[in-house]
Formats: sequence, structure tokens, C-alpha cells
Amino acid sequence: MAEQILQVEHLEKYYQKKHVLHDINFHVDKGEVVTLLGPSGSGKSTLIRCLNGLEAYQQGTITFEGKKIEPTEKNWQQIRQKIGMVFQSYDLFPNLTVMDNILLGPTKVQKQDKFAAKKEGLDLLARVGLEDYANAYPRQLSGGQKQRVAIVRALALHPDFMLFDEVTASLDPEMVRGILNIIQDLADVDHMTMIVVTHEMNFAQQIADRVIFLEDGHILEQTPSKQFFSAPQTKRAQEFLDSMDF
Amino acid sequence: MSSWAIIQQSLPMFTKGFELTLWLSFIGIIGSIIVGLIVSLLQYFKVPVLHQIASVYVEISRNTPLLIQLFFLYYAFPVIGIKFGAELCGIIGLVFLGGSYMAEGFTGGFNGVSKGQLESGKAIGLSRWQLARYIVFPQGFSLSVPAMAANVIFLIKETSIFTVIAIPELTNTALDLIGLYYRSNEYLFVLVIGYAIILIPLSIILTLLEKRVRYGSFGN
Repeated sequence: MAEQILQVEHLEKYYQKKHVLHDINFHVDKGEVVTLLGPSGSGKSTLIRCLNGLEAYQQGTITFEGKKIEPTEKNWQQIRQKIGMVFQSYDLFPNLTVMDNILLGPTKVQKQDKFAAKKEGLDLLARVGLEDYANAYPRQLSGGQKQRVAIVRALALHPDFMLFDEVTASLDPEMVRGILNIIQDLADVDHMTMIVVTHEMNFAQQIADRVIFLEDGHILEQTPSKQFFSAPQTKRAQEFLDSMDF
Repeated sequence: MSSWAIIQQSLPMFTKGFELTLWLSFIGIIGSIIVGLIVSLLQYFKVPVLHQIASVYVEISRNTPLLIQLFFLYYAFPVIGIKFGAELCGIIGLVFLGGSYMAEGFTGGFNGVSKGQLESGKAIGLSRWQLARYIVFPQGFSLSVPAMAANVIFLIKETSIFTVIAIPELTNTALDLIGLYYRSNEYLFVLVIGYAIILIPLSIILTLLEKRVRYGSFGN
């Protein structure tokens, strides 16, 4: 049996009185790619934001690399360094160059050697085709380029686990493929463990080992990807797939 | 005497007033920025006790007129044995007033940094202090420049109230001369020109600065 990197048990999340995540239970194996699918407002983003402490949860536990994280956890700052996250809106720091965006975490948080970190940053930029942009500012980049830098910024911390929150949702269609290829490459070449929230069904089908289908804050099913896309267990998932154009 | 002669004769006195207005404004603005910065940092980091005191200060300062603050400093404080010269009173009053306006400007800038920026900073493991140092402050200061610029202009104009405690700045000079010679038109004309010489170029420079800072940090 594969080693589990993440377990989520009985997680409950409320926004004031509104119950947004109900008894969430799942695990992720090392090297596994899980995609979270579900209609808008089903709680996908909220769930992955709970996994690196950007959203508080009120009950349950998250266990990451054997460490139990209770709702009262104070030390998310340490845990996050092992969990990379990329957002829909890129959120590069506009006051810093591309390279400084990338180096901030490794040099200030992890105290990596600046010279080595910079070299690695350049290698990562080259990997996403942006080696010439190290000294550019985010405003000089296109959306797709920004998102590639955001991925590099997350990878520079050497995470064991990556969270992708609808990372292609604000991109022009012709930019989407490039980003998806990078994520695919991370899965295939680096065997990076990841959870991907996406509305790109073709991509989800291509990359996922397993699909978790969420609706109204409930996990309706967790199925190996092949099975989910050919014969989902629930009627609701079938309807969801039928409604998507792919 | 012709109007022109009246104006010419008064110019040396106006020049003195002009210099004093500039000088008091300059000291007052620097003081206000320092106080504003300290107050906004106390509030940003929610320093126990001190941030509540800072909030009380901001409320009092913003909700009382400078005129009354000056009367207090100049006429009421000596009653309890604290006595300042008029100019020092003016500066203290201006800093007391300006400090809260500047603080609100900085705080507005810090709060204007988007949630996405804070989250992506947290996501790469930045501590609370690092988040402030590398993300919130640099971006927040840029965002606060327009408010700062407005405050600078506002504070310079407020120095005209110093006349009530007989500081011989621009307005006081004009009012004095009018009292002596009854040539209101001429002296008020010089007074307006005096303020315009300070404020119009400054306003243009600050607008350019706003554009530059904004472009420098955000590119639009």
C-alpha cells in the first residue's frame, strides 16, 4: 500500500452559522494526483484552502506527513512551507521582480543560500520557458506568464505537496494549455503529490489518479479517475459530467 | 499711494510670513508623518494597550477643530502650568492634528493591500512580520501616497489658523497689515498669491509623484 501523505478526518467547516463542509474524509497517497470536481459553490476551493490553513475549520483533523493538525493549530507557518499553493488570480507581488517573488520564500523563510536559491530559481524559470524574465516585474507579464511564475514561486520552497486552485480559470484559452502542461509535467516527471481543483474536464481526466466529487459541501464520491469519467457511482456526478462540455 | 506701491512696500513683511509658513508647515508635516507612522504601526500590529490609546488619540484629534486645539495649548495649558511659545504651540497643534490624518492615510494603505496578496504571502510561509515587511508595507505606502499628498496640502492650509495665537505667518501678516492700513484688497491679493506659490507647484509635484509611485509598484 502506498504511503499516505495527507489524511483528512471528519472535517467540518462553518461560515458563522452556514455549514459549508460536512464530515469531509479522504486521504492522498504520496505521488498521487487527486482532482476535486463539483459545481460552483460546492466547497472545492474552501476545502483546499483549509489544507494549508488559509481557512479555519471548526472540527476534525488534518494529518499531514504524520503530523496531526487540529483546528486550533498555531504553527501553520511551518506546515505551509511543505505545501505549495497556486491561486486562480496568480497573486504575484507587484512590488517585486519575478526573481524576488521566487526568492522571498526560499531565502527569507527557509534561509536557503541566496546564490544557490537564485540558480535554482533560474533553472525553474527555464523549465517554464521564462528564463529571460527574471528581472521583469509582474506588470510586464501576461496572465499565463504570471501563473507560470506563481508555480515556480511555490516550487522554489521544495514542497512535498501542491495545491492548485482553479489556476487556469482567469486565463485566456490559448494560455491554458501551457499551464496544464506544466502541471502534467510535475506529475509525470517529479511525481509531485497534488490536489487540483479545476473546471477543465479534459485535463482532470488526463491528469487525475482519483477524483473527489463534491456537492454542497459533501463528498459524494471518491473514485479512480477512469471509472469516474466512464461510469460515476452517483447520479449527481453523472449529471454534472453530462452538463460539462468536453 | 497706488495699489502697486502698497503691495511693493509690504513685500518684505510678506516674505517673512511666507518663510515662516513654509517652515512651520515643513516641521509640522514631518512631525505628522512620524506620529502617523507610529500610530498606524501600533494599530497594524495591535500592540496591547498602546493601540487603544492610539485609537483614542485619533478620534480626539480628528473630531476637534485645530482652532480649539490651539486655544487649548495656548490659553488653557498655561493655567495648569504648562507654557509653550506661540510657534511651538502651533507646531504641536499641527502635529497633533496631522498625526491622526497621516495615521489614517497609512492605515488605509495597509488595509488596501488585497487579501490575495496576503494569502499568497502566507502560502509561501511568510511570518506575520515578514508579511508586513515585504508585502504590506511596501504596497501599503504606495497606496497611501494619494492620501498623504492630500494631507500635506491640507496641513499647509491649516497653518493659516495660527493667526489666532499671533504667529506672524502669511495670514497673520495680511490681517495685521489690513488692521494697520485698511488696504484689504491689496493685502488679500498678496496673501492669495503667497499661498498659491506654495500650493500649486506642490500639488503638481505630488500628483506626478502619485502617478510615479503607483506605476512603480503596480504598473497602472
